[in-house]
Amino acid sequence: MSTLSYAVRDSTTMLRRNLKHILRYPVMPLMLIGIPVIFLLLFVYVLGGTLGAGLGGASGRAEYASYVTPGILLITVAGAAQGTAISVAMDMAEGIIARFRTMAIFRPSVLTGHVIGSFIQTMAGLAIIVGVAMLIGFRPNATAIEWLAAAGMLAMISFAVIWFSVACGLVTKSVEAASNLPMPLILLPFLGSGFVPTDSMPSGVAAFADYQPFTPVMETVRGLLLGTGIGHNAWLAVAWSVGITVVCYLWAKKLYNRDPIR
Amino acid sequence: MTQAAIKTTGLRKSFGSNQVLKGIDLEVAEGTIFALLGPNGAGKTTMVHILSTLIRADAGLGTVAGHDLAKEPDAVRDAIGVTGQFSAVDNFLNGEENLMLMADLRHLSKANGRKRTAELLSRFDLVEAARKPVATYSGGMRRRLDLAMTLVSSPRIIFLDEPTTGLDPRSRRTMWQIIRELVADGVTIFLTTQYLEEADELADRIALLDHGRLIAEGTPAELKRMIPGGHISLEFASVEQLQAASAMLGGSQKDTDALTLQVPSDGGVGSIRDLLDRLDRGRVDVSSLTVHTPDLDDVFLALTGQPDGERATVS
Ligand SMILES: Nc1ncnc2c1ncn2[C@@H]1O[C@H](COP(=O)(O)OP(=O)(O)OP(=O)(O)O)[C@@H](O)[C@H]1O
Ligand SMILES: [Mg+2]
Repeated sequence: MSTLSYAVRDSTTMLRRNLKHILRYPVMPLMLIGIPVIFLLLFVYVLGGTLGAGLGGASGRAEYASYVTPGILLITVAGAAQGTAISVAMDMAEGIIARFRTMAIFRPSVLTGHVIGSFIQTMAGLAIIVGVAMLIGFRPNATAIEWLAAAGMLAMISFAVIWFSVACGLVTKSVEAASNLPMPLILLPFLGSGFVPTDSMPSGVAAFADYQPFTPVMETVRGLLLGTGIGHNAWLAVAWSVGITVVCYLWAKKLYNRDPIR
Repeated sequence: MTQAAIKTTGLRKSFGSNQVLKGIDLEVAEGTIFALLGPNGAGKTTMVHILSTLIRADAGLGTVAGHDLAKEPDAVRDAIGVTGQFSAVDNFLNGEENLMLMADLRHLSKANGRKRTAELLSRFDLVEAARKPVATYSGGMRRRLDLAMTLVSSPRIIFLDEPTTGLDPRSRRTMWQIIRELVADGVTIFLTTQYLEEADELADRIALLDHGRLIAEGTPAELKRMIPGGHISLEFASVEQLQAASAMLGGSQKDTDALTLQVPSDGGVGSIRDLLDRLDRGRVDVSSLTVHTPDLDDVFLALTGQPDGERATVS
């Protein structure tokens, strides 16, 4: 067999292993669905009336539900990052990882197994959140192609964030530290266009908001699903996603390949 | 002379300022059992980690199955199996799934993987526990599963880091039996242990590791010649009995306070029977008898003249 088919086979084996873990000990699904649903309900029902009015025009709670959904979707991605970092850090503490390292298997497969497992969960989580959002007033007007493009955009940023969190899970020495490291990601939708337009922020915060990776992603998803302007945000979002993925993949691979410390 | 399965020259490893291995030269012939003996912290596990490609040596050369550790780690990995000191099983899976996982990662076909898994489950007495989560296994079961996982791919060279530590005497014998069967099939075994008895029982050659250096290496018989014999300790009911026995057995050491007598002996059944026969003929009653066989400490004592702390190196 060729190197590539070994890579695929080993990664599939590791994915199967991770899916079994997830089904037996579902730690991540709780974080994945619970946190964004609470945020969604909080922002629509508690803050939505006032924030919606602030959007201008004849907006209200219902319009705000539509506005905030892309932000909530990115919160979901950030939550998944935390779950991934925790499960990678926990796995690295397991003795079986040492066994894997003494076997002639495609090295990154331990990591790709985690990534694809988390990715599947994240996409399922995002679908559930979209469903919940639609129940409480999210009214997208997208065509099938636009839905597909939005899903693709979310898939790309999820992939990037998951590789970042795999590296976080590898670089830390404890599970607690691994769970804290990706925590700031949860703030990015707030410090961006997730909950209120960036032009309503003080200039310093607005500058950060305009140049951080989540803003173009949220603007692109919002544009695709609600028909608002996208502009150059789509390219920015794709560039950020690909860039983060490549850098974090190489970083994670390097971290995994260094000698293990007990 | 057979080809060397494992060969190292000048292997060194430090963790920070802690020099753990200070230049190790060793050679293990194909199809033999090599035992690395040493106290806690001697560097046994570090040695296994280096030879099994888990960590890299700082300096020195090593070949395993004819492949250089540094240059062709994957070729080495294809030839070896490792059962580490600490459990290396997947706790979230059951025993059968653990073995199937190994079969998949060793690229066996599904049918072969299933066949091998069934064989190993029955060989290691795990059929009943096969579908139970490994987290519920006892230490001994876990150890057996660990070794079974190592054997899935029928490796030619196997590393066993303290394979019997924590096992009850019966499980230990079973483990010894399995190790002997493997060698009978031509497998090379590199094992570490803290028990001289175990090394004596199994190994073709033994090396003593202490403070990062090999202080002695040879066959069990060669090493035993370096160690003073053990002794038998006899306890008596009265001083009179003790005096009588002491007069009868030359070269013995008596302790009148404890009412004991230490008689040099190899600890074998023949010599014990002989000793008891002599006491019987002299009508001396022994209230208790303990056999003291030379242990690791005696070996170090003999080879270095110091029981603990900094030892001078001999070899
Ligand atoms: N990853 C590590 N980082 C720092 N020090 C280490 C590391 N691994 C081992 N050591 C040190 O190296 C020395 C040798 O350890 P090693 O585990 O090889 O000993 P051992 O002979 O296997 O002992 P034991 O009988 O207790 O298993 C010890 O002093 C230990 O503290
Ligand atoms: Mg050890």
